Amino acid sequence: MKLKKNAVNNIICYGLVIVVFIICQAMISNGSMTRSLKGQMVPICVYIVMAVSLNLVVGISGELSLGHAGFMSIGAFSSIIGAAWMRSALGIENETLRLILSMIVGGVFAGVFGVLIGIPVLRLRGDYLAIVTLAFGEIIRNVLNCFYFSLEGNRLHVAFNNPNLPGTILLNGPNGAKDVAKISTFPAGFVLILFTLFVVLNLINSRSGRAIMATRDNRIAAEAMGINVTKYKMMAFVTAAVLAGMAGALYGLNFSTVAASKFKFDTSILVLVFVVLGGIGNIWGSIVAAALLTVLPELLRAFSDYRMLVYAIVLILVMLVTNNPMIRGLVNGLFRRKGAAAQTQGGGADE
Amino acid sequence: MNETTQKKRMLDTRMVPAPSQGIIPERDLYSTPVLEARHLGIEFGGLKAVEDFNLIIGKTEIAGLIGPNGAGKTTVFNLLTKVYQPTMGTVLLNGKDTAGMNTVQANKLGIARTFQNIRLFDNMTVEDNVRIGLHNQVKYGMFTGILRLPGYWKQEKQQHEKALELLSIFDMQDLAGVRAGSLPYGAQRRLEIVRALATHPSLLLLDEPAAGMNPHETEELMRNIIKIRDKFQIAIMLIEHDMNLVMGICEGICVLNYGRIIAKGTADEIQANPVVIEAYLGKKKEG
Repeated sequence: MKLKKNAVNNIICYGLVIVVFIICQAMISNGSMTRSLKGQMVPICVYIVMAVSLNLVVGISGELSLGHAGFMSIGAFSSIIGAAWMRSALGIENETLRLILSMIVGGVFAGVFGVLIGIPVLRLRGDYLAIVTLAFGEIIRNVLNCFYFSLEGNRLHVAFNNPNLPGTILLNGPNGAKDVAKISTFPAGFVLILFTLFVVLNLINSRSGRAIMATRDNRIAAEAMGINVTKYKMMAFVTAAVLAGMAGALYGLNFSTVAASKFKFDTSILVLVFVVLGGIGNIWGSIVAAALLTVLPELLRAFSDYRMLVYAIVLILVMLVTNNPMIRGLVNGLFRRKGAAAQTQGGGADE
Repeated sequence: MNETTQKKRMLDTRMVPAPSQGIIPERDLYSTPVLEARHLGIEFGGLKAVEDFNLIIGKTEIAGLIGPNGAGKTTVFNLLTKVYQPTMGTVLLNGKDTAGMNTVQANKLGIARTFQNIRLFDNMTVEDNVRIGLHNQVKYGMFTGILRLPGYWKQEKQQHEKALELLSIFDMQDLAGVRAGSLPYGAQRRLEIVRALATHPSLLLLDEPAAGMNPHETEELMRNIIKIRDKFQIAIMLIEHDMNLVMGICEGICVLNYGRIIAKGTADEIQANPVVIEAYLGKKKEG
């Protein structure tokens, strides 16, 4: 009976993504999608992966992390450098293969930093943890602003605060990376979303995932049941960092110029907004919220200068509507089964 | 060897400044006691919350820890489970010193507990709560879980069956899919006991298991506590204010007041002890 409920939730997640992907692909192929919207497809995928992975930290392990964009930037820059190096040193010309390898590079680097940052950060609790993750996100961005990478033949040069490097500059300090080979594609983003869902959903419904949720619900009881709280907090944090790094790789390789200023505190908050709006702990909610809120500014183009004002109003309205007990009751009545399934998954995780 | 250990134990209990005869049931005399606390104590910034706590619990004993409010009973539980590190004395669990251990290690060594103010994993189902208890008996890692390797399905099934079996002790197997936080109060207390049992302890600490239960439920709980002891052959120590329960099932009772043991003995001895009566009724209260 319980398995069934989880299964329903997983089917909603996978089904949602697959159906929307097919519709979008159909729209792209028959030309009914606008150019600007087409350009939004990869960022949408990126933000969905970011939101789902942040939900693993915020919703499932219950720690408020405000530095998620930091891992995204590490993934983006390490993959840009990795992709360029792979092309010249290893001679990998196949773009798909290069993209996959770059994503792995981005994920690994972000994961390493996830471990390094997680060790001090996860000793803290509550508000303190949030503040320190925020600080680490800013540290990452500022340090990246000072890094210079260049490629001379097969050799990679690194310098700190010194722009005079031989060869072609890959990463130019605060100016960021220029002339990046745009190898990200919408199908690749789709595959990354499926991969993320596979990892996160399977993790949640396993022994480790239950332990992570137990540490969220009651730390003291979890310890008394013999669960190593730090280990499982770390597991959630690092998994989320790896996924964010892969999303960053997809993002970085989608634009010809990428600067560290793109991964500011705003980006972390934006992703957190997706998570909160979609329902903390609710994975498919994060997907919907990330997709809609990324498209929304584009759809509001008609309001020109007042675009962000309308965006803010829409946000407030959505929050009001989703928190209105009458409307909630109506929706629950319509989709009683769906509502019940969402609740057991962790829809009630909001503290 | 048996005789010498018995003598040693007698000596140990004599160190206690209170009557302590017959504290271990006879059937447990010749096996290692599950718990030995020696001169256990903790200070919070000069305040001695618990002091010179000496106790031996036999392998299959049901022991009671009673005392007026604020006597330090729950502090003793927190010391035994290493939520607090004792500032004095030692705790031996199955003959092993627990000095320097943390809660997780103490649990792995065989001590499990319930909480006075219920601490369930509210947002998880009843079955998942029990599965958390089974956590350390299932050995598959994160990657087996994510990749759904054969080990995952096999152990997940075993875990499911074990959880239902444990829930059936309290006839709760039908509630397996319910959110733990939405259970009625009594059922939450019972679920906490099942969850603690799932960690495969040799000593089960129950902190006020009958709190908030009606007389009928309490009677059922008494039967179940004895049933659990007989079935799993474990020792149980409980804190309880319901004297019917304590006097009814506890073989050894330890009375705590102002952080010190003031009496030990069987139910009859405790009931007749003037020091205990004084502590409870407040006759000639000092300081």
